[in-house]
Amino acid sequence: MGRLSWRLATVTDVRPETERVVTLALEAPDWDGHLPGQHVDVRLTAEDGYQAERAYSIASAPDGARVELAVERLDDGEVSPYLAGELREGDQLELRGPIGGYFVWEPGRGGPLLLVGGGSGVAPLMAMLRRRAAAGSRVPARLLYSARTLEDVLFREELERLAGAGDGLAVTYALTRAQPAGWTGYARRIDAVMLEEVGWRPGERPLAYVCGPTRLVEAVAGHLVALGHDPSRVKTERFGPTGVP
Amino acid sequence: MGGFVSRGFKGRRRAGPDQATRLPPGQYAEPGFPVLTAGPTPRIDLAEWRLRVEGLVASPREWTWEEVQALPRSTFEGDIHCVTRWSKLGTSFTGVSVDTLLDAAEPLPQASHVVAFCYGGYTTNLPLEDVRGGKAWVVWEHEGQPLPPEHGGPARLLVPHLYFWKSAKWLNGLRLLDHDAPGFWEGLGYHNRGDPWREERYWGD
Repeated sequence: MGRLSWRLATVTDVRPETERVVTLALEAPDWDGHLPGQHVDVRLTAEDGYQAERAYSIASAPDGARVELAVERLDDGEVSPYLAGELREGDQLELRGPIGGYFVWEPGRGGPLLLVGGGSGVAPLMAMLRRRAAAGSRVPARLLYSARTLEDVLFREELERLAGAGDGLAVTYALTRAQPAGWTGYARRIDAVMLEEVGWRPGERPLAYVCGPTRLVEAVAGHLVALGHDPSRVKTERFGPTGVP
Repeated sequence: MGGFVSRGFKGRRRAGPDQATRLPPGQYAEPGFPVLTAGPTPRIDLAEWRLRVEGLVASPREWTWEEVQALPRSTFEGDIHCVTRWSKLGTSFTGVSVDTLLDAAEPLPQASHVVAFCYGGYTTNLPLEDVRGGKAWVVWEHEGQPLPPEHGGPARLLVPHLYFWKSAKWLNGLRLLDHDAPGFWEGLGYHNRGDPWREERYWGD
């Protein structure tokens, strides 16, 4: 395999998802496609040549030269405030990828699928669900998605449309900080009881993909193993702010 | 791709000359200690824990937790660099030098490479010279505290001059070979050697 070279992509659309998150749609010439779950490296260059690089998960299903990233603006960040605040349609951006060959899913890998996401960690899981829908896959899938409030849920309309398609996808939210009036769903962090209620039984041998902040990923992966799931079928990816003790 | 400028990007300059010289290309200084792993954190009972050196050695060795603690202690103080672009400057780890373990097992002359194998199934490969000569450790303390499980405890390999995926968590042992054998990430698109100063992140870099 040859070197992953930097290529100049063009921003074709900037879509606000929530107050802090935007989707950047990019046109990347000669893009060779990607697997749902993979990420790209993004490189920014200032006028004096100073550069900053970061990795972002791809949120879109493979679709020609189109690549979509969901970027959460971190107040103390160096790259995300630029990507989520400064970039406009028509701007260019250097990227290379796709990167990562483990936290990936294709319909041919089967299921059932248990996707557990926290915050903007839902991005690579969204790529999997979009791919599943685009491929007409009926692999049974459950998404358990933890967000602070309903307004912080990314891709909510699309998720509800996908879940309403009757093709075997169920979406469950856990709202940790505030809930709308009359909310009957989960109003706490994801825990073992929730995973037992929402997830598959260990005997059904689900493929689990867990992505989010470290605390969520450590807790969920630990619970899944304690519930009897095969550790080799639990794949994890960290996402979001990295500053942990 | 020379000459490209990101319209309106100023960037945050590195805080001081120290960071400018200590950060490899494409890295930024991270005050915390991020956790990155591909799967669940294994919980390992210290009574069951073993450290092995095997393969092309004259005398394969196995240490229990108590036995490894009794080996001469060695501390690394310096910087670590993760391929996901964070570097942690001025940190420390304590354990035993890999030289001590290899000296005990007596590598055979034809041994040229090593595979680190781990609880949970992770592997990573290194040329033997990258873990000899005071360049690698097996560590169980981080900045004076026991190494937490999410950071690889009870014990992890530490090879600070290479990207941190080479510093395998939950280490179970080292297997010496007379050939190279790509490990987990090395088979999934990441560079075979991973020198941060040459920015060897991915295949072909």
